[in-house]
Amino acid sequence: MTARYTRAGRARPAGGGLELMIWYLMRVTGIALFVLALTHFLILHVLYDPAEQDASWIAQVRWSSLFWRVFDWSLLMLVLFHAFMGVRTVVADYARGGLRTVLLTGLYLIAIALFAAGTMVVMTLPVVPAG
Amino acid sequence: MLLRYRGGPGMLAWAFHRISGVAIWAFVVLHVIDIYLVGGNPQAYDDLLAIYASPAGRVGEALLGAALLYHALNGLRIIVMDFWPALSRYHRQLWYLCWTIFFVVGLPVAYIILKPIWEGAPR
Repeated sequence: MTARYTRAGRARPAGGGLELMIWYLMRVTGIALFVLALTHFLILHVLYDPAEQDASWIAQVRWSSLFWRVFDWSLLMLVLFHAFMGVRTVVADYARGGLRTVLLTGLYLIAIALFAAGTMVVMTLPVVPAG
Repeated sequence: MLLRYRGGPGMLAWAFHRISGVAIWAFVVLHVIDIYLVGGNPQAYDDLLAIYASPAGRVGEALLGAALLYHALNGLRIIVMDFWPALSRYHRQLWYLCWTIFFVVGLPVAYIILKPIWEGAPR
């Protein structure tokens, strides 16, 4: 077996299958998030200030274009996969047996709830014309 | 964990990556809930936003940005070493490069985020 080099990340799972696919997807979503999450943070925390982003600002400015709704929904899908698969690795490292089952079940339920809530609001929030 | 194991920069890079990752996960959970409120209960969202925009909220915002930037930069470092294993020989130099970019990019961003604490809300 060849040595699996790593200095900070999870070692590439041997044997392939689902675990190897998740390992690759963590890296693919990570690169995509490098662009999307940092762009999102740059726009909403540096170019704009949180103080001006009330609910009507989101409806009238931020989500008045389909582009930014698609952008934010894509970011949501990427971050849900990456963050929940990441915490899944952490749980698997520290919890065993029944506790691990309980924590992972709760984790997946939260992920499904956030998928539903986030998708619903980004698709159904009415566009309010500015003014 | 951090105090007991003396593994050097590689171990610290891993620990910071894990801590920042879990912190960002926690904020993502909160953030999807608050954005859901924009549709479900806009007044509750605006009340929560006032907390985000408060001085304490801005410190948290800057810490979130720091966690995000470190996790993003060190994540690229991990990917580089995963796919070009020969470069893991230079894992320390790559980590120091991450920190250089972290401070060059992060300090101006932190200044912009924190500035309204002493100058008042912008615009």
